[in-house]
Amino acid sequence: MAQIRLEHVTKDFGTGEPAVDDVNLGIEDGEFVILVGPSGSGKSTILRMIVGLEDITSGDVFIADQRVNDKAPRDRNLAMVFQNYALYPHLSVYENIAFPLRLHKLPDDEVRERVGRAADLLELGEFLDRKPAQLSGGQRQRVAMGRAIVREADAFLFDEPLSNLDAKLRGQVRTEISRLQNQLGITTVYVTHDQIEAMTLGDRVAVLRRGVLQQVDVPRELYEQPVNLFVAGFLGSPPMNFMPAGVENSTLHLPIGDIELTRELAGEVKGHDILIAGVRPEHFEDASMLDDARKAQGLTFEAHVDVIEWLGSEQYAYIPFEAPEEVRAPLQELAADLDMEQLRTQLVVNLDAESRVSEGENATLWLDPSRMHLFDPASGENLTHGSGTEARSLASA
Amino acid sequence: MNSLRSRVGWGLAGLAILVYTLLPVAWIVSLSFKQGDDINNKKFLPSHWSLDNYRTVFDTNLFTSALRNSIGISLIATTVSVILATVAAYAIARLQFRGKRLVLSAALAIAIFPTVALVGPLFDMWRSLGIYDTWIGLIIPYMSFTLPLSIWVLSAFFREIPWEMEQAAQVDGATPWQAFRKVIVPLAAPGVFTAAILTFFFAWNDFVFGISLTATNNARPVPAALAFFTGESFFQQPTAAISAASVIVTIPVIALVLIFQRRIVAGLTSGAVKG
Repeated sequence: MAQIRLEHVTKDFGTGEPAVDDVNLGIEDGEFVILVGPSGSGKSTILRMIVGLEDITSGDVFIADQRVNDKAPRDRNLAMVFQNYALYPHLSVYENIAFPLRLHKLPDDEVRERVGRAADLLELGEFLDRKPAQLSGGQRQRVAMGRAIVREADAFLFDEPLSNLDAKLRGQVRTEISRLQNQLGITTVYVTHDQIEAMTLGDRVAVLRRGVLQQVDVPRELYEQPVNLFVAGFLGSPPMNFMPAGVENSTLHLPIGDIELTRELAGEVKGHDILIAGVRPEHFEDASMLDDARKAQGLTFEAHVDVIEWLGSEQYAYIPFEAPEEVRAPLQELAADLDMEQLRTQLVVNLDAESRVSEGENATLWLDPSRMHLFDPASGENLTHGSGTEARSLASA
Repeated sequence: MNSLRSRVGWGLAGLAILVYTLLPVAWIVSLSFKQGDDINNKKFLPSHWSLDNYRTVFDTNLFTSALRNSIGISLIATTVSVILATVAAYAIARLQFRGKRLVLSAALAIAIFPTVALVGPLFDMWRSLGIYDTWIGLIIPYMSFTLPLSIWVLSAFFREIPWEMEQAAQVDGATPWQAFRKVIVPLAAPGVFTAAILTFFFAWNDFVFGISLTATNNARPVPAALAFFTGESFFQQPTAAISAASVIVTIPVIALVLIFQRRIVAGLTSGAVKG
């Protein structure tokens, strides 16, 4: 069991931009930390530098307060689960799990005991004699985990372990991993590109973009108080809606209506002509379903509904709007970063399933301005970050 | 109806191919059992089945020493080639170094170089070096074409093995050498066998070097030795004796293929490497 510390870790492959750029991260003993980001964000590279499969260009990695930059993987006492399992096809499941113990020349009965314990924990008892080729994807992943836990290593490293599994299996194995980590209490670093995995599994989540650490926090904080446009757009499905917001003294002009800014907020956005306003789909409501008191606390507006997706427990309404050039450019860049199709300029609104809003018609919707974030289009910074939802109150127009 | 017709069609086609390929072999086998002048009997089967030719062949020092030479030289050339090629192919498949493509292209170029052109200079060189008419004198030129072949086969094989295997082994506590030995070598076994068999064939069947770089029974391999067979008299062709010798020489090759064929096929079809 150990804490892991990364200090100013940088990795340069010589391609111009560093793959990992000055990352500082501290992982406490027993903590489950997730590295999340789109492909190419450097998360796998960081993991491989921690385990020793990749050289560190500059910076230091400390495991249990010992600098491990120059240590070979086998001397770091870490266990790793790979994306494609990396099981040894010529060995049985038992021998696969026993492989690290055999390398350390442990006596046979101890090997048997530890493999048995790992197999019981992961319910692999009946598969011990089979070869990996005879197992399903989920079973193979469990064997890979068995091989990792049998060593009683200082920390577990997972490199996108669920990416090769189908959706249903992914959910099941995800819960298994969570349960396992709770039971064993071992420091875990987990890499994924899936923001759902990040939110559900991690004690803390580190969001990476192009090798730069954007924000490290508990999932709730990342979701409710993103520090920039990227983090806001990355977490949450469907993603946060982004609209252009024109600033005129203390009024915010949105495509759907105007909002008065509080004095402190007006001060924060001073100097900007145009901003990007971000509101999550669930912070909209069908105005007809609210009582007047609630309605007065927010912004009511008319909108044309393009498409409705009804899911049974909720429904999504798609509302197009116009966006000026200054806003469109950073939004396109954001879409590229998030591996998404070009972000259409439309709002995705999560409405109650009972709402009678219909396609192709105008609807009266309501927005909670205290849940809105304001971003600087040039830097992506969240100008309203830090102000708690209770502290903020934007008067309605 | 259609399936019966197609089955009969396939059966006939298969039979035709079998006859086409095995007829010459069958002919040689039947020749080897013909006694003395029987080879002129203008019939496919011998009039009188006899083991005379086999007895003759084994009596002659020429053939038995040639057999010994062939087996020894081919085995040594194969073993050394495969060991060197395994290490080279692993480096080529896993490492990035300058001139990698050059090495591979050079290997290919050397392999397709006509061996006949090498004979003259080699003859001179070997005589001055004193390794003319020795085993080593043949092993070295054999490796000039067995090494590139093995390297190509094995590097393609190593490339198929995902790099994560060795990395997982290293994280589990293995040194790079242990990872190679315990994880990669077992997985590469089918490739190694393929390379070994192909190498053995080339070495075993070589004629050009065998006949130019040897002078006595010291190092003469079987294909070259067959050229020196003589018949009972000046007028009698040694065809039957040569046939018998050929049959004897082919048997180990067939045996090897049959033994290792299953290994190769099993390795290629198990698909477990992706696991």
